[in-house]
Amino acid sequence: MPDDLAIHARGVTRVYKAKPEPVTALGGVDLDVEPGEYFGLLGPNGAGKTTLIKILTTLLIPTSGTAKVAGFDVVTETAKIRRVINMVAGGEQSGYGLLNVREQLWMFSQFYGLPNREGWRRVDELIEIVGLGEQRQQKVRSLSTGQRQKLNFARGLLNDPWVLFLDEPTLGLDVAAARDLREHTLAWKAAAPGRTLLLTTHYMVEAEQLCDRIAIVDRGKILALGTPEELRRRVQAESIFRIKLDRLPENGGLAALASLPGVLSAVPADGTDAAGADRVAVKVALADDSALTSVVTAVADRGSHLIGLAKSEPSLEDVFVELVGRGFGEDEESPEASAS
Amino acid sequence: MSGFRGTTATNPREAADWSNGRIIRTNLRAILGRAYPRIIGLTREPSWVFFEILLPFLAVSAFVFVYRALGAAEEFVGFVVLGGAMTAFWLNVVWMMAAQFYWEKDQGNLELYFTAPMHLMSILAGMAIGGLVMTSSRALAVIVIGSLLYGVSYQIEQPLLLVAVFLLTMVPLYGLGMLFASLFLLWGREAFHLAQLLQEPIYFLGGVNFPIRHLGVVSGLVVATLPLAVGLDAMRQLVFPGAASQGVLPVGTEMAILAVMGVVFLIGARLALGWLETLARREGRLALRWQ
Repeated sequence: MPDDLAIHARGVTRVYKAKPEPVTALGGVDLDVEPGEYFGLLGPNGAGKTTLIKILTTLLIPTSGTAKVAGFDVVTETAKIRRVINMVAGGEQSGYGLLNVREQLWMFSQFYGLPNREGWRRVDELIEIVGLGEQRQQKVRSLSTGQRQKLNFARGLLNDPWVLFLDEPTLGLDVAAARDLREHTLAWKAAAPGRTLLLTTHYMVEAEQLCDRIAIVDRGKILALGTPEELRRRVQAESIFRIKLDRLPENGGLAALASLPGVLSAVPADGTDAAGADRVAVKVALADDSALTSVVTAVADRGSHLIGLAKSEPSLEDVFVELVGRGFGEDEESPEASAS
Repeated sequence: MSGFRGTTATNPREAADWSNGRIIRTNLRAILGRAYPRIIGLTREPSWVFFEILLPFLAVSAFVFVYRALGAAEEFVGFVVLGGAMTAFWLNVVWMMAAQFYWEKDQGNLELYFTAPMHLMSILAGMAIGGLVMTSSRALAVIVIGSLLYGVSYQIEQPLLLVAVFLLTMVPLYGLGMLFASLFLLWGREAFHLAQLLQEPIYFLGGVNFPIRHLGVVSGLVVATLPLAVGLDAMRQLVFPGAASQGVLPVGTEMAILAVMGVVFLIGARLALGWLETLARREGRLALRWQ
């Protein structure tokens, strides 16, 4: 039932007025996100991720299609949606620089109607959780970018949202600050079951680390949707292992390995000629992981010793390139950017 | 990590089901929350003493010297000092009410205001109340310094009526600011220019430095449209002996005009805000940064 879902979208389109012609930022998105699910929208700049978030957070009306958040319609039930959601964007400079960290969060707590005492208590709890205890009396304008984003994250949790939207939350952060923020997000997941996260990002690692399911988005359309494992399987059905041996197996060499049941191929890794080498690396493609046992046994039976073994998996970027035909760093002009 | 949890609702439908009392309380808290940065700014940014009291006071002083050089009645000095004090409110309305949504949009606050569960009128009301508190202290400072420096004497026979006129002036004045807040965002990409456009003409038409009666037939139009002019005219009549003859209309009539203006501007602000939100959601070019 759509009303039981955290997010439900059917045929959502969004067309921006632009010259010389209108720009389609979203071209018919269908999406269901279960309560308690951490869901990622992965795509390059201008893919339509932010537009979808703006629609779901009631900032934009879809040009066509329907969308619901927590069972409430984004066009007609905005007041109810706003009571159960919150949103944090990367690079956000919200609030007022002359306030200190505590005051800033308290101010936002008032916008969500938290009673005064409860508001201060919640502010202090969240300040500790995100590790801003030492900066609690520091003016917001003097915070570093990473501290500022921690503050924004705390702001996003003030009303204990049932659906939290994180729009490129680690954009512009250094490695440590981005890692901290991801850890806080995972801690929230553990501490607040039933809460849903919709994350947009163009960082593969972030999507993979935080999300139960991911949709790969490009040019306003969802190209693929599934768990990270399912997405990888889309571009590589077989299991690929890289094995290191002290020498080539006797009695048939790699051809003998390739003829084993469940083994699709066995070739020298990295394109090198393994013949005569002291140590050899072999790339073995299997129909599934269970065939690995027979490979290891065959290697030993033929007088070779196994030195190393590693499973080679495609990255989400490989998946993206396979689906889109270009990498993340090769963005074409984005519809969202064109519309601005 | 229990601190992550802040509500006792067991599902989002329950969490979204607010009573009317909770909705009202949330909006009252939002007013308080938005007023807070303005009020606290009094102590955090002392540069306002220079920029908003001493600099404007130079203009007041210039008119004082001109009036004295021309041998005008001494009460004109009082008119200018009172006008200088009320200027602070107009500056506040133009720069920190009318132009505020524009700045808020740039900072990304407007998006967060839209997505929070309070009404945007509460944000505007918080801005107005905070601005009123902040500016009252500045206006008082102008009156005290001006009075001491130029020996202005006041004869207030009806202090409660004076307070009532002042408060009645503030309602349409800040109501106009609330109305402009939406209109600035809808009309202009450059709030700075619009704010400047509203500054000097209103100094002139509002009778900040002279009684608007001297504008002749134009004064009637001014009294019908500018709350600053009407309020100032009424206050001058109540503060300075003999100023009744300089007033455009009797104080009671001007109070009635202010009351009507207050209702009209507040309703106008409410309608403009609704229009703004509809356009913002439909066009996607108002509430979103960079668009």
